Amino acid sequence: MINGTTIALIPLLPLASFLLLGLFGRKYLSSMAGWIGTLSLLFSAIISLATAGTYFFVSGKVNGVYQPVTVLQHTWLAFAPGVSIDMGLLLDPVSMMMIVIVSFVSLMVHIYSLGYMKGEERFATYYAFLSLFTFSMLGLVLSCNLFQIYMFWELVGVSSFLLIGYYFDRPSAVAAAKKAFIVTRFADLGFLVGILILAFGAHTLDFKTLVERLTTPSPELRSMISSSFLGLSALTWGLLLVFMGGAGKSAMFPLHVWLPDAMEGPTPVSALIHAATMVVAGVYLVARLFPVFAISCPGALHVVAYVGVFSSLFAAIIACTQTDIKRVLAYSTMSQIGYMMFALGVSGYGGEHGLGFTASMFHLFTHAMFKALLFLGAGSVIHYVHSNEMKDMGGLRKYMPVTHLTFLVACLAIAGVPPFSGFFSKEEILTAAYQHNFTIYVIALFTAGLTSFYMFRLYFSVFWSKEFEPHHESSDVHHGEAPWTMKLPLLILGLLAMGAGFVPFGNFVSSDGNTLHSEFHLALAIPPVLIGLFGIALAYIMYNRQNDLPEKTASLFARLYKGAYHKFYIDEIYLFVTKKIVFNLIGGPSAWVDKNIIDGAVNLSADLTDDTSILIRGWQSGKMQQYALWFFAGVIGMVAVFVCLWH
Amino acid sequence: MISSAIFYLLAAFILVSGALAVTSRKIFRAAIYLLFTMIGVAGLYFWLSYEFIAAVQIVVYVGGIVVLIIFSIFLTHHVGSEMEKPNRIRMGFSLMAVFFAFVFCLIIIWRNDFLPAGAAPLELTVERIGEQMLSLTEHGYILPFEVVSMLLLSAMIGCIVIALKVSPEAVSSKKGEN
Amino acid sequence: MSEVPLTHILFLSTALFFTGAYGFLTRRNMITMLMAAELMLNSVNINFIAFNKYLFGSKLDGVFFTLFLIAIAAAEAAVAIAIIINIYRQYQSIDIDDADSLKY
Repeated sequence: MINGTTIALIPLLPLASFLLLGLFGRKYLSSMAGWIGTLSLLFSAIISLATAGTYFFVSGKVNGVYQPVTVLQHTWLAFAPGVSIDMGLLLDPVSMMMIVIVSFVSLMVHIYSLGYMKGEERFATYYAFLSLFTFSMLGLVLSCNLFQIYMFWELVGVSSFLLIGYYFDRPSAVAAAKKAFIVTRFADLGFLVGILILAFGAHTLDFKTLVERLTTPSPELRSMISSSFLGLSALTWGLLLVFMGGAGKSAMFPLHVWLPDAMEGPTPVSALIHAATMVVAGVYLVARLFPVFAISCPGALHVVAYVGVFSSLFAAIIACTQTDIKRVLAYSTMSQIGYMMFALGVSGYGGEHGLGFTASMFHLFTHAMFKALLFLGAGSVIHYVHSNEMKDMGGLRKYMPVTHLTFLVACLAIAGVPPFSGFFSKEEILTAAYQHNFTIYVIALFTAGLTSFYMFRLYFSVFWSKEFEPHHESSDVHHGEAPWTMKLPLLILGLLAMGAGFVPFGNFVSSDGNTLHSEFHLALAIPPVLIGLFGIALAYIMYNRQNDLPEKTASLFARLYKGAYHKFYIDEIYLFVTKKIVFNLIGGPSAWVDKNIIDGAVNLSADLTDDTSILIRGWQSGKMQQYALWFFAGVIGMVAVFVCLWH
Repeated sequence: MISSAIFYLLAAFILVSGALAVTSRKIFRAAIYLLFTMIGVAGLYFWLSYEFIAAVQIVVYVGGIVVLIIFSIFLTHHVGSEMEKPNRIRMGFSLMAVFFAFVFCLIIIWRNDFLPAGAAPLELTVERIGEQMLSLTEHGYILPFEVVSMLLLSAMIGCIVIALKVSPEAVSSKKGEN
Repeated sequence: MSEVPLTHILFLSTALFFTGAYGFLTRRNMITMLMAAELMLNSVNINFIAFNKYLFGSKLDGVFFTLFLIAIAAAEAAVAIAIIINIYRQYQSIDIDDADSLKY
């Protein structure tokens, strides 16, 4: 087994790079900043691969079952015997998979940013923030303790805020960063309450012990199930509130409003954070606590499933109408994460029933590859065209061959066309859904069709559709497609998007550690492929060449189109609630109380003192005889008292 | 019998003069009433057969202090005019305080039994006073004598310094500095 | 002299003292205030002499107190006059209520 300190280097190398670049980057190291960040990530990725390889192939198995291994555990803050915040590293199949994904995609983004962010004034700061984010995410997936996850959760939120608001002179970017932070912070309120409920009920914060106590008939489990509040047991409340935190981070309905706006950040940031890593933190959290969900609280698991499938359908409908290339990809991310969520939601625990779990993790793995590829490709297009809107693009296949090909590969993967990776993972999810819940299966199938439709709408609009006329007279159009630092990650990710589907995932990651042998059901594999191809064909007809079919279709579904274009007015509802209800009913009266009552009391005491002092300053009149009179009276008084006491 | 009558006459004279001194509206008359009060007190000392003290009283008080007061009245006041009436409130409070204190002291005096020491009275002669004042023995008053002479010296110097008239150039230069 | 009891002399001196106190508290002119203060000092002298005569006939302590007190009263009167003259130069008046610069 690899040494614990070496494993600790995986998050610590990016942390060191953050400190170095953050403190000294701008003044001294700005030319080297990109290489420093990339190198530290390279080493971190190598160590991650080595650790994962050792775990999966050499030493992780005991009796054929993958065991969770805790390394370097150290009690940091002890509240009560057993309940303490520890710092440690937990190695188990899911976390091994995650460190490989996070470090590898982050490495790709670092290399890509060498070309994309070249010439930026705050180049070193950008790499510092990227390193901070990678550190936080790696710490999150290696956490062995619920509170440790919460700490890294917040750190990830902060890094996301810093990166979304990177172009801080743009008010829209600042507003988007604030929105992301506030919405996820609001979700984290639920998360914290959930953590406290679980800690209080199970008397522990450590993951291994928590899962053990809440999945076997233990006194803690009995007490948590028996105590109830408003009809739901304490365990259900704890798990649902924890899921609320996860839903906020993973942009599930209705806490999804921050994700489209977060596209204000630089495109490599969107690739890293809002496609491959941070947004899957919620899925990761549910996967961590999955045994508790599946064995002891199936009701919460149903909630997870329905939220997931609804979010995926909701996002897919909206994505069909958006015209900004990054927003289409953002809603696509939300939809795919919905897939991962409901895959977890329909899964059981153990053996064959755990198919949903494995499928969800598999989809996480493949999605990271092709979604990062899609975003990086979009970045390359934006870099070339200097605009985000689809109407400024078109016919780019002649000018950007590498981007075109890799983008096509990614679109085929997300549409679920064999033999690309997306086909395998989606097919497993749909099989799991079919086996457990037919309604969800039907909705998911329909969403798969929508997915391929809007993705290929995007593809055809950008690379075919019309002849490209550059809108800017700048010489950038003549510089060619992209530097090699931007093309290399595209190529690597493209290869992975093609080949990752053939990894026998069930051998590595499953709900209980045993190998899951997934069978290939031909009958179930065919419908999604057919629907995907149908979506591609529809998109081809409507968007390959410029015609008026899109407008006619839009007018056919006029109301639905308008609602979807305006993202179903969720943002407006939030604004209404906060402005009209919270500000007016709560904020206004509080301000009134503060100004009139609290400030009034302070002013009153000041005025009282003032008046009293004016009243008694007459004693200092400057008139000597008045002083003499008081003196005389005082002396007589004292003598009288003295004489009386003496007698 | 006659001596008690003399005493009561003297007492009435002293008290009336004193009351007039503090309530008279014309300042020069107040000074003269003060003069009469002093002379009355000196008469009291004569009646008590302490002639030396009576002489000192007349010489110092009447001949020195009252004259000094009259000089200063002439220096600072229009002698003929009347002074302002005192503040009514202040008069009322002062009367109350003084009356209360007076009654209180009388009560204390009334209650107390004054026991004489018992030894035979001696005659007060100047030799005895002189001897005792300058003696170094237990009942000698040489130390207070020297201290009082220091006090008189410092009072003299102090008066000269306080009342020194500053020349006009020095005054204007001081004002220019400020 | 022994026909007049001590308390009568003390009555005289007390009355004289409080007359002086009344004058000191009431008079607006500084020089008349000084006069009232002299009355108070005289009453104290009467007290000392009376006690010496009636209670301590063989000793002279009261007499010496009186002598020194007369000297001190003289010195004090002189200094007071000097101060009054100085104040007169500053305020052009010897009304005690005009010298109220130490007011709030």
